[in-house]
Amino acid sequence: MRIPLSWLAEQVELPAGITAEQVHADLVRVGFEEEDIHRFEAVGPIVVGQVLSREPEPQANGKTINWCQVRVAPEGQLAADGGADVRGIVCGAHNFEAGDKVVVTLPGAVLPGDFRIAARKTYGHTSDGMIASAKELALGEDHEGIIVLSRFGLDPEIGADALALFGMKDTAVEVNVTPDRGYAFSVRGIAREYSHSTGAPFIDPAFAHEIGSGTGFSVTFDDDAPIRGSSGCTGFVARVVRGVDSTRPTPAWMVARLQLAGVRSLGIVVDISNYVMLELGQPLHAYDLAKLSGGITVRRAAPGEQLVTLDGQTRMLHPEDLLITDESGPIGLAGVMGGESTKSDDSTRDVLIEAATFEPVTIARSQRRHKLPSEASKRYERGVDPLIAAPAAQRMADLLVELAGGTIDPLGADLRAQWLPVPVRLPLARVNGLLGTDFSDAEVIAALELLECTVEPGDEGVVTVSAPSWRSDLTREADLVEEAGRLIGYDRIPSALPVAPAGRGRTRDQRLRRRAAEAAMAFGLDEVQSYPFMTRAQLDAFGAGVSDAVTNEVLESHASPAAVRLANALDAEAPFMRRSLLPGLVTAAQRNVSRGVTDLSLVEFGSVFLPADTAQAAPATPPLGARPDDATLDELNASIPAQPRLVSGLLLGSAVRKQVGESARPYDWADAIDAARALAAAVHVELSLRHGAHRAFHPGRTAELGVIIDGVFTVVGVAGELLPSLVADHHLPGRAAAFEMSLSALIAASPEAAVTSQLSTYPAATQDLTLLVDTEVPAGAVLAAVVAGAGDLLEHGHIVDDYRGEGIPEGQRALTFALRFRADDRTLKAEEATAAKLAGVRAAEAAFGAYLRD
Amino acid sequence: MLVSESNSITPELAQAAVDAALAAFAEATTLADLKRARALHVGEHSAFAALNARMREVPNAEKAATGKLMGQARGRIEGAYAQLEPTLAEAEARAQLLAETVDVTAAPTRRTLGTRHPLAQLQDEIGDIFIAMGWEIAEGPELEHEWYNFDALNFEPDHPARAMQDTFFVDPPEAGLVLRTHTSPVQMRSMIARGVPLYVISPGRVYRTDELDATHTPVFQQVEGLAIDRGLTMAHLKGTLEHFARQMFGEGAKIRLRPNYFPFTEPSAEMDVWHPHAKGGPRWIEWGGCGMVDPNVLRAAGVDPDEYQGFAFGMGIERTLQFRNGLGDMRDMVEGDVRFNRQFGGLV
Repeated sequence: MRIPLSWLAEQVELPAGITAEQVHADLVRVGFEEEDIHRFEAVGPIVVGQVLSREPEPQANGKTINWCQVRVAPEGQLAADGGADVRGIVCGAHNFEAGDKVVVTLPGAVLPGDFRIAARKTYGHTSDGMIASAKELALGEDHEGIIVLSRFGLDPEIGADALALFGMKDTAVEVNVTPDRGYAFSVRGIAREYSHSTGAPFIDPAFAHEIGSGTGFSVTFDDDAPIRGSSGCTGFVARVVRGVDSTRPTPAWMVARLQLAGVRSLGIVVDISNYVMLELGQPLHAYDLAKLSGGITVRRAAPGEQLVTLDGQTRMLHPEDLLITDESGPIGLAGVMGGESTKSDDSTRDVLIEAATFEPVTIARSQRRHKLPSEASKRYERGVDPLIAAPAAQRMADLLVELAGGTIDPLGADLRAQWLPVPVRLPLARVNGLLGTDFSDAEVIAALELLECTVEPGDEGVVTVSAPSWRSDLTREADLVEEAGRLIGYDRIPSALPVAPAGRGRTRDQRLRRRAAEAAMAFGLDEVQSYPFMTRAQLDAFGAGVSDAVTNEVLESHASPAAVRLANALDAEAPFMRRSLLPGLVTAAQRNVSRGVTDLSLVEFGSVFLPADTAQAAPATPPLGARPDDATLDELNASIPAQPRLVSGLLLGSAVRKQVGESARPYDWADAIDAARALAAAVHVELSLRHGAHRAFHPGRTAELGVIIDGVFTVVGVAGELLPSLVADHHLPGRAAAFEMSLSALIAASPEAAVTSQLSTYPAATQDLTLLVDTEVPAGAVLAAVVAGAGDLLEHGHIVDDYRGEGIPEGQRALTFALRFRADDRTLKAEEATAAKLAGVRAAEAAFGAYLRD
Repeated sequence: MLVSESNSITPELAQAAVDAALAAFAEATTLADLKRARALHVGEHSAFAALNARMREVPNAEKAATGKLMGQARGRIEGAYAQLEPTLAEAEARAQLLAETVDVTAAPTRRTLGTRHPLAQLQDEIGDIFIAMGWEIAEGPELEHEWYNFDALNFEPDHPARAMQDTFFVDPPEAGLVLRTHTSPVQMRSMIARGVPLYVISPGRVYRTDELDATHTPVFQQVEGLAIDRGLTMAHLKGTLEHFARQMFGEGAKIRLRPNYFPFTEPSAEMDVWHPHAKGGPRWIEWGGCGMVDPNVLRAAGVDPDEYQGFAFGMGIERTLQFRNGLGDMRDMVEGDVRFNRQFGGLV
């Protein structure tokens, strides 16, 4: 809400010379946050001048200019810029005559757009200033010609300050009005709050004038479909002013105030309705009485009904929309926007003023349904003071008479909204009980009375409080406590540290995730956090990632993956929620590469969003203020898509750079697997590997990462080299390695407690084993078979060599394993270790046809 | 056996053997030379060994004295060796080390410590502060049902407050799913799951339909706090915030509350923090919102508002990082430029 200070000063005493900053500070104290300060941009010597002569001079370019002599100061006095009292000025407009009083911007003045006025040579003359139009001053849009003051009914002294004359030296403060305070969308509301904050006396403008009423105009409420039992329209005051001259210019002071308040001037009748709305908070509508057919009925829309609103748009109406209708049909969308057919315009002579009271939910829904947030709907959906309609209608009628001629007609309707105070019981101890303050009862009562609540004493320590008509938000104890705190001052709240019961620290899940994050750092990975919004192309390129694996979809599927889609994405190209963290890592890598950082090892921890089961019907949303039963909560929770946490990494460039004594080593597929293994180890999970396939990965260099659960390989992720063509398509240099794992799955697989045993201190027996096997048999599988076959005596085994070539049959390779045997209870004899090893060989032979190299 | 009448091992001969050995030792410049000299002079085929071999021929009466003579001679040679050997060994070792000299200033980097994202790091540190007070950390999904995000928090379905949040809706909107606009749904989930008394913070990602610029990002992180107990007041809220503020912004930090409105708290307040070390001088900074939990919110979680009351607060982690670390542009936090992370050490 933007409040011109001159207007505010009409309703509350402002100290002389108060600054906008001080008013902001005073309003912030009572909960109105400062937003901005608005001023007119035109500054400098801008004065009233009188045209002494006007000589039209046709130019070679076909235009005709006027060479004018203009008096800009009383005879013999210096002008506002210190120059002569009569100036020669070139003017291109023709809507004036010698003798007219006009606005002259003298050299030194600055107009909006940093337009600096100076004496300058043009069309063979020195133009010593400029005769201004309203648009040049940024006082409205009118650029038809220059301002002729007599047409505004003005006849000021020559040389007078034109900015002051037009109210253009005023300043507006803009404050944020929270959604609970509809009343504060008015000068009246803000003036009252300023008074609360500072104690300055408030003069209610609503009842400053005598309030009359009209009769004989038929208005009917016919709401056959109230929302939540509330009738859509509860009040309708109609007044008629006849013989209005709608072509009269709006006075400059009103244009200036409207403009400072952020409202464009649109003609005298509409301007007055907006002005009164800003002043009192009551939205008003002006109908051209001559265009109305019969009386008005307020009703809900019928199916299929349409309305052309005054912006020229045809609106398809919804049966919940509340309409203003006459015998011709709909003539307005109640509380949102009037209709085209009955709007006032320049030819309007007789005006019917509507000051209605509408129910907030109805207006809020219509506004949203038709995407028509208007100044009126903004106020109605927050609640308009039901008692302000009649004073507002009167004020508008008075201003029409004063500024546009015409006379108030007895015709009208006076269906005023009924308003009953809502008494709230307030045990006074609740105030300090919630705020932790030491307010006295007297202070609390005084604060509530300052708000114009009535406070009636009840039982010991209890009062009954009724809020004024404009405070429909004060319905509960807590609301009143807030008001008391707000007005007495939050600065009176002391500081005390509560003592929580002994806590349990982080959950196991949280501790493991922290370990994983720290392990990633220790491993050399740099963490990034990407937006989860994806394009179709990103989804297609990277698939559903590992989230497929953990939901047992097939990794290598090339179908376009299903994804959660946003209804109102910021970027229409990227409406999908991510299924994989890899696209975000690629984007981060691109950014780093473009900035010259080309050796990258990135990691991201984050959630992905699995598509919901669309077959399931959406559960109804439970009502406010009551705990839903467990079944309802279960249903709600089940409707929310699963969001497992992943950890993914992208490795690009050099693992070790070319340095003194070191040659460069680029990252490759093995680094990705190694990183994945380290992260899994950080949460106490040992990864198993097998060859895998994934649409984004190199078909020969992709490992499926798994956890053996009850002897079954359970996929938790994928790692290896990214598909070279995909890397190239994304303009990344060289090759890239990547991994993606479900951190949720890893943590689920992490043992609750470590399994420990007494360490054997008997000597170990180490033996090497070389097996020949077909090249396509995975070494990891051979090792697994050996380990399984060797039994408990085998403490550790790893692959040390993979040899093919001379001495090895074609199509085979020699795999060498280092094995370490140990017994718990004795020193192992060499032949025992050998026996165990041979058992392992037999297992590998049975599984893969592996045989000992002789 | 043949025993000579005369003793062929004379002190002169013994002395000569010793002298020869010591002279050879003195000439040795390397450990290898020294060892060779010892082998030559006292080894199996040395002159000394030959002399010693004559012991058999020494008349019995002189055997003891001659034995002693030879023993002393060997002792002198071995003594000299033992003295020289470590000196030469040490010199040699020193020479070898010297030969292995490298340019340490050109040490190659083989492993680099990675970096955590400063926001993740700050989130962890905030967690530590509250855990130290006995609070716990609660979490929930980023994609939420509207009931948790709005209705349970006392947002009327048709109230403009609901529009205040600039919400991302999941398609189709009838499904009632949104990207959470705050971490308050977690407060509701915690009250339902954990019951009261309850002291939790809920950090995490939230979403608003703001375009990315220097001060806004559509995806950001919040930390909210919720305390529900008997007799908690707004003074406890202020005390908690002040403690937190001092951990975040330094000992001189303090809290100022200004009246505001949130559907889920009543009374509600906006909190400013006095930042004693702010870039450009100490000043008040808008930090977040807070208030006493609205009775309707407690009821939605099945908590009796006549018995329990409590407070809630929330602030942006980006904003907190921005001010405590004097950062200019929020875009650096979301773009994934690794140079941003690297400006921070292990702690933010």
